[in-house]
Amino acid sequence: MDLTVLILLGSGLFLGWSLGANDAANVFGTAVGTRMVSFSTAAVVCGVFVILGAVISGAGAANTLGKLGSIDAIAGSFMAALAAAVTVYGMTRSGLPVSTSQAIVGAIIGWNLFSDAVTDTLALTKILFTWMVSPILAGLIAVLLFKLTEWVLNRAHLHLLRLDAYTRFALIGAGAFGAYSLGANNIANVMGVFVPVSPFTDFALTEQYTLTSVQQLFLLGSIAIAIGVFTYSKRVMLTVGSELMPMSPITAWVVVVAHSIVLFLFASQGLEHTLAEAGLPTIPLVPVSSSQAVIGAVIGLGLLKGGRNVRWSVLVQIGTGWVVTPFLAAALCFVGLFFLQNVFDQQVYKSLRFELTPQVVLRMSAQGVPQVAYADLIGRSYESSGALLDDLTRHTLLTGKQVRIAIDQAKIQPLEITRFKLSSTNFSRLNEAQRIALQLLEGQQYQYAWELTDALSALSPQWTPRPAAAVNRSFNKRLEEDFAYLVKTFEVSR
Amino acid sequence: MRISLSPKKITLFNKTRILERQIDEFFDKVAEAGLVFSRALKMYLAVGVCDEFDALLNQESDIEGKADTLRRNIEMELYAQTLIPDLRGDVLRLLEDMDKLINMYEGNLHRISIQQPDVPEQFHAGYLELTGTTVTCVELVVMAARSFFRDINSVRDHNAKVIFHETEADKLSSKLQRAIFTSDLSLERKMHLRYFVERIDDLANAAEDVADTLAIYAIKRRV
Repeated sequence: MDLTVLILLGSGLFLGWSLGANDAANVFGTAVGTRMVSFSTAAVVCGVFVILGAVISGAGAANTLGKLGSIDAIAGSFMAALAAAVTVYGMTRSGLPVSTSQAIVGAIIGWNLFSDAVTDTLALTKILFTWMVSPILAGLIAVLLFKLTEWVLNRAHLHLLRLDAYTRFALIGAGAFGAYSLGANNIANVMGVFVPVSPFTDFALTEQYTLTSVQQLFLLGSIAIAIGVFTYSKRVMLTVGSELMPMSPITAWVVVVAHSIVLFLFASQGLEHTLAEAGLPTIPLVPVSSSQAVIGAVIGLGLLKGGRNVRWSVLVQIGTGWVVTPFLAAALCFVGLFFLQNVFDQQVYKSLRFELTPQVVLRMSAQGVPQVAYADLIGRSYESSGALLDDLTRHTLLTGKQVRIAIDQAKIQPLEITRFKLSSTNFSRLNEAQRIALQLLEGQQYQYAWELTDALSALSPQWTPRPAAAVNRSFNKRLEEDFAYLVKTFEVSR
Repeated sequence: MRISLSPKKITLFNKTRILERQIDEFFDKVAEAGLVFSRALKMYLAVGVCDEFDALLNQESDIEGKADTLRRNIEMELYAQTLIPDLRGDVLRLLEDMDKLINMYEGNLHRISIQQPDVPEQFHAGYLELTGTTVTCVELVVMAARSFFRDINSVRDHNAKVIFHETEADKLSSKLQRAIFTSDLSLERKMHLRYFVERIDDLANAAEDVADTLAIYAIKRRV
């Protein structure tokens, strides 16, 4: 890895540092602020568990960000992370509650606008919906948890001192869970934009366990978060402890646990698989704002106690933050990319080509998109997904879903299954049948990514997506990730 | 706060247990001081200052000294280990207020021993009844204080009883003073006897003050 790459990763590390400095306070702020837990204990526990959460469970929320906009050049990722970091810093300085999640989503949209790439409205809606839901959910969980805790404590008749000792352990436990969830959910904000351009390669720790390139990236990002915790979060913790609402240590515990559950729900792939296998609706894996989850929990408890303690002005501030943060980050990213491209002569996105060739037309027909609907555009070539989208919406009557299919299918992405890559790449994520099928394709070249997936599906049922049903959801999702991995591996750089 | 496991954890909970026991012992001392006080008063009214009375006075001083040591230990530990940071101030004030009750018991016995008031027999029953009510009042506030640590919801029940007994003590005190001042005794004797009635009644008032602050602490202690 050369120095430029490290420097370009630097903006992500800066973002990670500021996340650690700010959001660790949500996890341990009240415990440290009320002197129930010493700062050094809090910092060590927080640092260790943020790293564990990020490396073990960070991938879920990162996938959703990847869908929103896949930044394909490291200079572009650098600017997106920098724009988000500057936004977070600026908003914090002006005293507004800020969410790194919102900043990074804004920055990605800024990149999409600059590179004329289509923003996936489905992913965006999912993210926006989750942002609205997470504070409300945190509030509800906090109220239920509080009621339950109160019920238990009223029956336990614990001595005040014993309760105090247990509360300390509980606060440390909740903080560890909170830090783990924070790492799992928010590492996507810090390092998500670098995933498609990760400079690392998979690294086998033992025969069974491989540290993937993404995990290495997340490890680096989470170390930055941990450094943020150690170097700067003390001051924030001490203010947060008394800022929101006067809280007893037990109320503080309830708030931290509610916050952590929310972050965990929106980050856990394990939970998603369990729900999918039980045929239940799954929870979208989206990076949410840790501060807003805490505020949601505090307001929930405030309302439970009659609402007199709640500072409603905080809600107005959150509203302002919701509107200002993504727009500011998007604008900063857009302007920054312009400078990076035109002044510093950096490639901030890859030039792409989209073409509605007869092959694409055939495949689209198979997926129920009638050829007559876009007959005029067949054979045309486009430089960006945005340009194709423009033409499709202006000259055809295709539905939103059909347009999305067209954009997916028309993207030219030359692939070559070389012997060198087959032998040098770590395919431990694939099973035996999948590997055998892949070997059979040696020497093949493709223009479109879907040609590779079609070829593999024809060779093995292990490469064939199953019918869309709840029980098959996790299999299909895994398959999608495997395909994405192959496309990244065998892509011919232009 | 240490997070290292087994050995330290056991020490931590052991220390907590020792401290819990010390707090309980401290409250035992307050209750004990009341019992000694009422026995000593009974003894004084029956015999006057005698060896048994002196023994009880010494016992009261001993209780007071031990309670002081316990209180200081508890306070030191609470601060040294930064325990119950949000309620530490309240607990310290509670312990000091309870300690004052012991001091009042001891002080009253000393005053009796020094001033040796001459109490005519017709007032003995009044003094004993007032003392009984006052001591009960203090015992009830001890129960309320124990509840503050273990069972917050019953603080209110005990407090209600404290207030009831304090009112009773006030009534008894007024009745006794009226009886003293309507008697044929000389004014200086009347005033001397009134002085001791007021000192005993003060104990009930002090107990009620503790109950009042406890009610506030209990609200703060709620989850």
